Amino acid sequence: MPKMTMVQALNLALRQEMEKDDRVVVLGEDVGVDGGVFRVTEGLIDRFGPDRVLDTPLAESAIVGMSIGMAVYGLRPVCEIQFSGFTYLNFHQIECHASRLRHRSQGRFTVPMVLRTPYGGGVRALEHHSESREAFYAHMPGLKMVIPSGPRNARALLVSAIRDPDPVIFFEPKAVYRAFREEVPEEEETLPIGHSVVVREGRHVTLITYGAMVRPTMEAAERLSRENGIEAEVVDLLTLAPLDDTLIAASAKKTGRVVVVHEAPRSYGPGAEITARLVEKAFYFLEAPVRRVTGYDLIMPLFAREQAYLPNAGRIVRAVKETLEAAA
Amino acid sequence: MPRTRLNVDTPLEFLSILTEDGLVDRDLEPDVSEELLMKLYRFMILGRRFDEKMLQLQRQGRIGTFAPIKGQEASQLGAVAALEPRDWMVPCFRETAAQLWRGTSMESILLYFGGYDEGGRIADGQRDLPVAIPVASQLLHAVGLAWAAKYRGTDEVALTFFGDGATSEGDFHEALNFAAVYQTPTVFVCQNNQWAISIPRSKQTRSRTLAQKALAYEMPGIQVDGNDVLAVYTAAKEAVDRARSGGGPTLVECVTYRMAMHTTADDPSRYRSEEEVLAWARKDPIMRFEKYLTDKGLLSAEKTEEIASAVDASIQEAVRRYEALTQSLGDPLQMFDHHFEELPPTLREQKEELRRLLSAEKEEAPHA
Repeated sequence: MPKMTMVQALNLALRQEMEKDDRVVVLGEDVGVDGGVFRVTEGLIDRFGPDRVLDTPLAESAIVGMSIGMAVYGLRPVCEIQFSGFTYLNFHQIECHASRLRHRSQGRFTVPMVLRTPYGGGVRALEHHSESREAFYAHMPGLKMVIPSGPRNARALLVSAIRDPDPVIFFEPKAVYRAFREEVPEEEETLPIGHSVVVREGRHVTLITYGAMVRPTMEAAERLSRENGIEAEVVDLLTLAPLDDTLIAASAKKTGRVVVVHEAPRSYGPGAEITARLVEKAFYFLEAPVRRVTGYDLIMPLFAREQAYLPNAGRIVRAVKETLEAAA
Repeated sequence: MPRTRLNVDTPLEFLSILTEDGLVDRDLEPDVSEELLMKLYRFMILGRRFDEKMLQLQRQGRIGTFAPIKGQEASQLGAVAALEPRDWMVPCFRETAAQLWRGTSMESILLYFGGYDEGGRIADGQRDLPVAIPVASQLLHAVGLAWAAKYRGTDEVALTFFGDGATSEGDFHEALNFAAVYQTPTVFVCQNNQWAISIPRSKQTRSRTLAQKALAYEMPGIQVDGNDVLAVYTAAKEAVDRARSGGGPTLVECVTYRMAMHTTADDPSRYRSEEEVLAWARKDPIMRFEKYLTDKGLLSAEKTEEIASAVDASIQEAVRRYEALTQSLGDPLQMFDHHFEELPPTLREQKEELRRLLSAEKEEAPHA
């Protein structure tokens, strides 16, 4: 099996789906000749031509609004918004139409589109290029919100997202784009949207995370095991909406202690919803308060201070120890 | 280097065929079958009288808020008459006459404005998008539909409606730009009805016309008398034919007037004068078309009466069907339908929760 970065794996998903299905078209700023600013769409224009890989004018609302029209017609547009910090210009099209047209037309029209966009910090970027605002989209009825954490699941989830009959917001952790390689099979592979996975089994505590935070969380789990004999179970959510609360509740019931990790600001963030679900579904099994290791309720600092802002393995280790020390 | 003059070609026409008094310009009179002329007339009457009926129903509390179309019948019908059934129509929220022409039933419209989501259902095969309330946002869908139609190698066209206020929105400019860049078969029909709630056309933009906004995108633009159904039809037909034959998009500005309120929740006496409204009443699109058809020998007093009573009977029947339908659409759990192809577990749980609550509330309700 070839080893790939997440960028290469996403490229493979797009290429194979475009080969299989002429309904799939790609559009966005710089996605054609330039291959995307992160090169996720590299080579697609050479293979499929400018009629299926559209280098669009610079207008996010139009990219998404046009994708909606294409999807209603019966195509499967995959649009790229260059950074999630620019999706506010198209937020209106997602909230007012992509998420609603199936309902507004009472099932006559559907919007099977994917909006791909890189999110998150850690790459020393400019303002608006490092935020983690998945809660905006996870909050919206009528949408699915997917965040992969590594090359292999990114490829499988993107294929599933393209084939999904409903609109999918697909946040790509840009810090992971080229951070490591994984074996990614050439043959088709999908992952079901709406299902989370246990990526490390454990019995003392459950760590719930997703996206770029899976790596520091796994590192924390290994350190806890190695240095303290604490066996943490790690859940990679993969899909934020709809949330797989069956899986997280089962893990919480097993370990009795939970730490949630995300880059997004804490208040009303994904951790708030996760905690609420655990209170609803696993309250009597919890032996300590659910702990959140998250970004702060701040404007993301510029890159000189971003490492101080972002959760890291050391902070997760501390939070786990404090959670385990909490009285039963 | 000297400062030189750039020759930007900016042709812009104004088109009027029927005067306010119903006199026709014989050179410009379109070659339209009597059948189509009479169909246009019937739908103008239907649009007007159904609108009046809706206002009455709203005042009686039998439907909710809606946006009346009075005065804009020619702008809407002249435009959709240029479409084929295989073409797409992308409305905003003041297109009752256009929707009826395209095949939407009166009871669907009443259901929608009566607060039932079922009213948004578009009949299978009918290529209309449902009502879009956020101003100008739907123009981009017409660009996407037209792009897809072109990608599939069809000759289908997408026509979209919006108002004068929409031309100030970013989505309007993005839509025109994308349509021009990709040369999509899109027809943009602006119903310039002079008012965006309380903001007059003069405060909306400094541009002398709205049609000229097309020129910045290297797209043909034309301004027409929007109360002249022959002029609207002529301009729309040219635009549709151009789009169909690969000539790209067009912006058509129909100069018309919103004779009634913005929506039934609005009181126009706060911001505009009765004299202005009366001046526009003299330019009524139906009056002049009646005169034209009468002069052509297609209409008589008896015929007019006959059409009006047939229209009224059909409206009455539709209201009866609507009210009968509402009796059978009582299930509140319908709100969970049509969110996803398959309802996710979280929503299944929430649906079950509401089902239990509703039945508990029913049991607890005091018996009459």
